[in-house]
Amino acid sequence: MIPAPHLDFLPLLPELIVAGVAVALLVGGALVGRPSQTVLLLLTLAGLIAAAAASAYLWNWDGPGRVLGEMIQADRLAVVSRMILLGVGAFGALYGHHYFARTGVARMEFYPLLLLAVSGMTLLVASADLIVVFLALEILSLALYILVALSFRMASAEASMKYFLLGAFSSAFFLYGLAMAYGAAGTTKIDGIALALSGRTGSQPLALAAVGLLLIGFGFKVSVVPFHMWTPDVYQGAPTSVTAFMAAGTKVAAFTALIRVLDVSFQPLTWDWRPAVWALAAASMVLGSLLAIAQTDLKRLLGYSSIAHAGFILTGLIATDGAGIAAVTFYLVAYSVTVLGAFGTVMLASGGIRERTSFDSFRGLAGRSPMLAGLLTLFLLSLAGIPPTVGFIAKAGVFGSAIRAGFWPLALIGVLASVVGAFFYLRVIVLMYMEEPQAELEPEGAALPGAALALAAGLTLVLGVFPQIILPVLEKAAILRW
Amino acid sequence: MLGDYLPVLILGGLAFAFVVASLFASSLLRPSRPSPAKLAPYECGNEPVRLPKGEKFSVKFYVVAMMFIIFDIETIFLFPWAVSFRKLGLFGLVEMAVFIALVFVAYVYIWMQGGLEWEQAPRPMERTAAEGEQEEELLRAG
Amino acid sequence: MRVPIADFLVLSGILFAIGTAGVLVRRNALLIFMSVELQLNAVNLTLVAFSRMRNELNGQVLAFFSMVVAAAEVVVGLAIIVSMYRRRGSVNVDDASVLRG
Repeated sequence: MIPAPHLDFLPLLPELIVAGVAVALLVGGALVGRPSQTVLLLLTLAGLIAAAAASAYLWNWDGPGRVLGEMIQADRLAVVSRMILLGVGAFGALYGHHYFARTGVARMEFYPLLLLAVSGMTLLVASADLIVVFLALEILSLALYILVALSFRMASAEASMKYFLLGAFSSAFFLYGLAMAYGAAGTTKIDGIALALSGRTGSQPLALAAVGLLLIGFGFKVSVVPFHMWTPDVYQGAPTSVTAFMAAGTKVAAFTALIRVLDVSFQPLTWDWRPAVWALAAASMVLGSLLAIAQTDLKRLLGYSSIAHAGFILTGLIATDGAGIAAVTFYLVAYSVTVLGAFGTVMLASGGIRERTSFDSFRGLAGRSPMLAGLLTLFLLSLAGIPPTVGFIAKAGVFGSAIRAGFWPLALIGVLASVVGAFFYLRVIVLMYMEEPQAELEPEGAALPGAALALAAGLTLVLGVFPQIILPVLEKAAILRW
Repeated sequence: MLGDYLPVLILGGLAFAFVVASLFASSLLRPSRPSPAKLAPYECGNEPVRLPKGEKFSVKFYVVAMMFIIFDIETIFLFPWAVSFRKLGLFGLVEMAVFIALVFVAYVYIWMQGGLEWEQAPRPMERTAAEGEQEEELLRAG
Repeated sequence: MRVPIADFLVLSGILFAIGTAGVLVRRNALLIFMSVELQLNAVNLTLVAFSRMRNELNGQVLAFFSMVVAAAEVVVGLAIIVSMYRRRGSVNVDDASVLRG
């Protein structure tokens, strides 16, 4: 008789709630036929809030650090990242409600898929075993592939196919890396690998192969150069509401998991993976910024900017201390808030489902809608990292931690890339304010996404002026228990 | 070591011999009077217009194949569980019940969406597709 | 006769490389996808071989999970590719060219 394992489901409660609501909506929606979008939205938000409450409760969790057969991590980094992700999910639901209501076609599947993607993301940040990391990555990716295809524009199907093929390709690399890690250490536990590698039971060459392959897998998900080619296409082709959600959510989830894998599992090999991460970060910052200059479509531009931002985040990751982790989490908060705001504004300013996102549609936006133009300016300034926005504090944080760890050349490359970046963000601002409108687009005003935008703008400014509101929390979360 | 495979080899040989023997026997026993009309390939009594070579499978088959794969693969979790069913006891039973319930949820969803209908009734997804195309045209026009 | 574990690792490495080459060379979405499946199965072989070498069961459990994930990917992938085919009449990735820049 195998004894039933001691089961402590509490640290998994947020995921159980989110996935449970998703399943309930799926079945309930199918039984009802064409359920009301507003009801679906309210239920989705209720589920996310309940999960956030459960997650907040776990902040003072004093049980074992890992539960459910040491598969799930119950630390504060998981709590903080979950809170960010649940917030991102709420933004995604509000945007999606607006977007899909406009198409005149009620897409019931949007909400369950969004919730499943959120549950995959939150599971990813709480995983204590590479098996769970793999499963969570797949849960979020599979849901995102379909979300990208949800609009009936041709570009949406195409984006989904590209995302899917490259995503599946990258999961194969990730899984191969996982197999190598298992071969090197004889275990897939995130901390067990570190123990094996620092002791005598680990195999160095296999472990190096593992780090390389896992970096390729993560590199695709967070879109760092040279694994970035899908990003602009998918960001442009996906419905804008979905782009906003995936841009913020995937980065938060995958980077948090990457922190765990690099700083814990492969901590004994730090000196081996640092040069690789250094090169990835530098290439992403430089190429992301340079390629963005030539763009004439705002969504595509934000896609390239997200590549550059992935590089900035990696810069913070290279310093493997607590302050570095705190800087990375702060950057993730800043990027989420800003990019959700930016894509939200684009969604409202680009004629809804018509998705006129080329620069022409934004010429003279200030004349037609000073409000949207002002908001977009704020978010673009934050993406460029100009004070007093949150983007500035975030960039200062990651560059600071890179310099402290002795990687000042990388920080210098980052500063130069930011200068280049400021140029193309400013160009968009100039054409909104200085140029005559060419396209007659009616910018939409909408209550729900408008409120979300106001919140994003508020956070961008408030966290930019008073970052100390959340910094102590992030610093407490940055202590990895293992 | 290799000797363990001998029974398999013998069985394979017997099966092959049986096929050859029965084909040979039937060719001896059956009457054979070929004529040009009998040898011609035909399609419901008509000359075939085109060979079915480049013919694509209907999308319906893909849908059925997808359903099959997903439910088929889920059962691989049942095998290890069944092997150690007694050892796992009540806990294993409950876990497996939860798992099967979730698979059942997917089944209900597919059923309700009309995924199991061979002749496609107008179902929500199809209607939206039609509406989506209208929308595309609108976008192209304006 | 006992095949050494290293042989399995070499074989799976070769299979993985063939799959990778397939993804990079092929232009038909279905064939690319089949190459990815080959990669995943190569990994499964690696996992089971390591599991045998380490005399530890987790690798085989992981192989089960990866099979299920691969099946889920097949379903989502086929759905996307079929929907693409319905609209475009082609599954060649070079024809997917609305998004350029």
